[in-house]
Amino acid sequence: MTILVIAEHDNKVVAPATLNTVAAAAKIGGDIHVLVAGQGAGAVAEAAAKIAGVAKVLVADNAAYAHQLPENVAPLVAELGAGYSHILAAATSNGKNILPRVAAQLEVDQISEIISVESADTFKRPIYAGNAIATVQSNAAVKVITVRATGFDPVAAEGGSAAVEAVAAAHNAGTSSFVGEELAKSDRPELTAAKIVVSGGRGMQNGDNFKHLYALADKLGAAVGASRAAVDAGFVPNDMQVGQTGKIVAPQLYIAVGISGAIQHLAGMKDSKVIVAINKDEEAPIFQVADYGLVTDLFEAVPEMVSLV
Amino acid sequence: MRVLVSIKRVVDYNVKIRVKADNSGVDLANVKMSMNPFCEIAVEEAVRLKEKGVATEIVVVSVGPSTAQEQLRTALALGADRAILVESAEDLTSLAVAKLLKAVVDKEQPQLVILGKQAIDSDNNQTGQMLAALSGYGQGTFASKVEVSGDSVAVTREIDGGAQTVSLKLPAIVTTDLRLNEPRYASLPNIMKAKKKPLEVLTPDALGVSTASTNKTVKVEAPAARSAGIKVKSVAELVEKLKNEAKVI
Repeated sequence: MTILVIAEHDNKVVAPATLNTVAAAAKIGGDIHVLVAGQGAGAVAEAAAKIAGVAKVLVADNAAYAHQLPENVAPLVAELGAGYSHILAAATSNGKNILPRVAAQLEVDQISEIISVESADTFKRPIYAGNAIATVQSNAAVKVITVRATGFDPVAAEGGSAAVEAVAAAHNAGTSSFVGEELAKSDRPELTAAKIVVSGGRGMQNGDNFKHLYALADKLGAAVGASRAAVDAGFVPNDMQVGQTGKIVAPQLYIAVGISGAIQHLAGMKDSKVIVAINKDEEAPIFQVADYGLVTDLFEAVPEMVSLV
Repeated sequence: MRVLVSIKRVVDYNVKIRVKADNSGVDLANVKMSMNPFCEIAVEEAVRLKEKGVATEIVVVSVGPSTAQEQLRTALALGADRAILVESAEDLTSLAVAKLLKAVVDKEQPQLVILGKQAIDSDNNQTGQMLAALSGYGQGTFASKVEVSGDSVAVTREIDGGAQTVSLKLPAIVTTDLRLNEPRYASLPNIMKAKKKPLEVLTPDALGVSTASTNKTVKVEAPAARSAGIKVKSVAELVEKLKNEAKVI
């Protein structure tokens, strides 16, 4: 049994979600190979070769793979992956974009966003926004799976010494092209990788008030998130959204400020180790999942917390 | 140009679902069913393309039980011109649905196919990408903006950390994210008119598609419940607990 893991990267560094995906592969068992498809991604291949437990790194370096366009990357993964027992990718926007296309090319059903490995062919995954957990068994020759990063503790980024092998296959479907991208710039940790997350909801009242959360986050070394209500109200950009349709996070500490706790939001953060809720409405559903609840005005509590931590 | 929109009948997003006692699935008896919210956004986008004069005809398709005709009628009331139901009482996987949609694409030859990015019941997020693979078309998933010009479409996509824009040759597949648009409500006159619009019923057999699956759902359980903790009285007490009891800061 040999497992192919698709590396998540930006041609410069390996994204942390790759380490969680390799962890899922290790749970399945067998040799683990990592595919780095990109352009000028030599540093990524070197870093991937050091990941604990990886036996081989395949590098497909081609202009067609520079922006991870699924029309070009999926045929590559399908071609290489056909000889493997499993193909795994992180359930990031890239993984979700590419992997179903691979599964369809291989004529197999995909298993999306697994949170645990029961055996080499059986996995658990959330359905209905995490309100039910399905156990799914696959009899496909190649099992195509996306991995929810929060379900698996990452393997060590260092310690391995895998062989690096170049792959010649170049696929350019010619049906799509990259136009541009706008990435939010931030000095704070990435939301899905942060140990502490501070999130604001409708109770923040406006975007300017998020400065209180940024101050607290900077004191704690935390990332800042938001509920869908705060995003829809235009307080903050949508890449900060935590929830069923946004980012799924499971940090050591999640501090929900002015968030009522809609099912949609809880689906994105309820696996956090410790949850703190600060809300002036003591009936807010968020208190039903919070380890520590504080019923008070957030505009007094947050600055006070900044001075105490 | 012709736009094909695919929709799914799902449990209404406001319903708190319950897992069946025998762990065979989710209890759907006497539960309110609606059009999947991402599919409503797909219908709305198609209607806006028609209002702008870009689309000339909107065909809406659903794969599901005969009761999915209700959701197809809703789409017709929102502005779709005609509907197709591929009737199947079974619970089909994304690949099976994508194969059926591919057969409909072959028959209808749309220039653009718009789908929701995922259904809120199975949460798979697969069908659009699979349909793109089977058709050999480009895909613009998780779209927050769609602009058709000439023989291509520019799609701005919501990605981790921001937004990305890709250009796709038509015909192409688009899957919708939440902020693409805000769907309208159907007016009463349009609901009445929708009853007279054509609705064709097909079967997987008639389309010559096998819906066999490599996946089997063994069990469905309720998630582990998280119990409520304690209420603290002050920020000082909260910080003290986080430092000394939970040891997370």
